[in-house]
Amino acid sequence: MSLGGLIAPGFFSNGPVRAALLTGGVVAVVTAVVGIFTVLRRQSFAGHTLGEVGTTGGSAAFLAGVNPLWGFVAIALVAAGAIELVGVRRPRQRDLAAGLVLGAGLGLAALFLYLGSVTSPASGGASTSILFGSIFIIGPSMVSSIVALSAGALALIALCGRRMLLVSLHPDLAASRGVRLRLVGAIYLLALAIAVSLAAETIGAVLATALLVGPPATALRLTRRPGRALVAASLVGVAAVWLGILLSYDSYTWPPAGRTWPVSFFVVALVLVFYLAAQLPVRRLRARPRARARGEV
Amino acid sequence: MSARSVPAALGADVVCALEGVGVTRDGRRVLAGVSFALRAGEVAGLIGANGAGKTTLLKVIVGLLAPDAGTIRRATGGVGYVPQKVLLDADLPLRARDVVGLGVDGQRPGLTLSPTRRRARRAVVDEMLAAVDATAFAEARVGELSGGQQQRILIAQALASRPRLLLLDEPLANLDLRAEQDVVALIGRVAREQGVGVLLSAHDVNPLVSVMDRVVYLAGGRAACGPTAEVVRSEVLSALYGSRVDVVEVGGRIVVVAATTEDAHAHETDQAVASGLAT
Ligand SMILES: Nc1ncnc2c1ncn2[C@@H]1O[C@H](COP(=O)(O)OP(=O)(O)OP(=O)(O)O)[C@@H](O)[C@H]1O
Ligand SMILES: [Mg+2]
Repeated sequence: MSLGGLIAPGFFSNGPVRAALLTGGVVAVVTAVVGIFTVLRRQSFAGHTLGEVGTTGGSAAFLAGVNPLWGFVAIALVAAGAIELVGVRRPRQRDLAAGLVLGAGLGLAALFLYLGSVTSPASGGASTSILFGSIFIIGPSMVSSIVALSAGALALIALCGRRMLLVSLHPDLAASRGVRLRLVGAIYLLALAIAVSLAAETIGAVLATALLVGPPATALRLTRRPGRALVAASLVGVAAVWLGILLSYDSYTWPPAGRTWPVSFFVVALVLVFYLAAQLPVRRLRARPRARARGEV
Repeated sequence: MSARSVPAALGADVVCALEGVGVTRDGRRVLAGVSFALRAGEVAGLIGANGAGKTTLLKVIVGLLAPDAGTIRRATGGVGYVPQKVLLDADLPLRARDVVGLGVDGQRPGLTLSPTRRRARRAVVDEMLAAVDATAFAEARVGELSGGQQQRILIAQALASRPRLLLLDEPLANLDLRAEQDVVALIGRVAREQGVGVLLSAHDVNPLVSVMDRVVYLAGGRAACGPTAEVVRSEVLSALYGSRVDVVEVGGRIVVVAATTEDAHAHETDQAVASGLAT
């Protein structure tokens, strides 16, 4: 299919599509940048937990009549704090803590979604958008909030990214250089909570992890340099989100015609396709010492 | 027992001095009365069996653990530290030179955007890579280097902040004979050329004999310190272990052997000493 055929008429002039491209792109960059460190710190499970408990916050926010994003952010911060408190005393039990937080959160989410459906029977769409995102119905008022939260998360990573790399070599090594592990860990969890909330708002609470760890895992197979890994992960994330939006827009004419397929399906499927594709040629690419002559940092 | 005496008064070139240091972990006394001093340009081997307290002592000197007795004095200018068993994952997005770069400014908040700063960092990285003979594999992904190459990079990383004291925890673990000799020679050269005092742990004295200016021998929670020939002797080690230990030379190698007794406690010591025999 040609590019002209791929992009259905009216794609770029459609308001909701433009808002989706903007916020989706920004969110893809933030989750990719934060996600690199999630993968390096082996905290995917914590990320997943923060996303899923987002359903609790999102459904509570729906009950209270505010945008689910604020519910996602609030609950992610609370859950991140809980994980951090347990994890500090017993680092080995961090996964356990995350699991417990997850269970409790999802129980509440079930209750809130039930209450929501009882109090306003027409709200079937709310649970879908909380679970699977609502990128096409992000109002103009939310766009600036999303961009501001994204900038905040990126600033946090800029502040302590280098120290996190040192920690990823060995925590004791970092501590011997005066790095405060707890402080860095807390700042990172804060950035993670924001990134996961943004991903929950766009592609859904239960799918946020895919966007968080998929593009970084792909990038880590492609490059051996930290700066390039961040750029590659961002590009992969943005490509998955934008292509997902495009395909979803196109799918309006697909069977059963008359409704678009969910964006989240396309995004998550593309993330997986990119990850699998990166497994193939990488071995040869990496073995070739191309950058030897140059070698800027 | 001259070997256990408190070292001479702190000279200007003393980079680290311990006096009567004791450490308790989980309510159990791991080390007691450890005293020794290390000078700039000197290499000291921290020798002991598994569980003797080598890692514990290094962590105390670095400042990661607090001692509950004694004093530790360190020269100003920080320490370079390479922990035991650093696992550099093949997926780490770091080239060897990036790891050394983290040794320059990895502890700083924020990003380094100034070109002058970046150039300065680059110069230090190149210098340190050359100092450990690692220029040839500077661009390689660090997790894909051999154990000996990784150890060199980690040493360069530790030297990049120009410390006066370098602490290496089991830098020879998992190295074959050739790599072991290379790293030992490197450590001797780095100590002289960079003027740092190096304290490195190992479970066997033999690989280090050629570079060690002194040995700190840990056993039974205590330490004996002094020149190798004065410390690694039957009388000194027997006193340290609290049971008879023979030091014999076989084919130019020093072998520490526990004398056989029926005593159950001494049997435990056998086990501890046996690791010194293994290599
Ligand atoms: N995190 C810890 N908490 C409590 N006790 C510990 C801890 N780590 C080590 N110990 C104890 O301290 C003692 C000394 O351990 P250490 O790790 O310093 O020995 P080591 O000489 O470095 O041994 P190895 O050759 O195996 O590295 C051991 O008895 C060990 O059980
Ligand atoms: Mg040890």
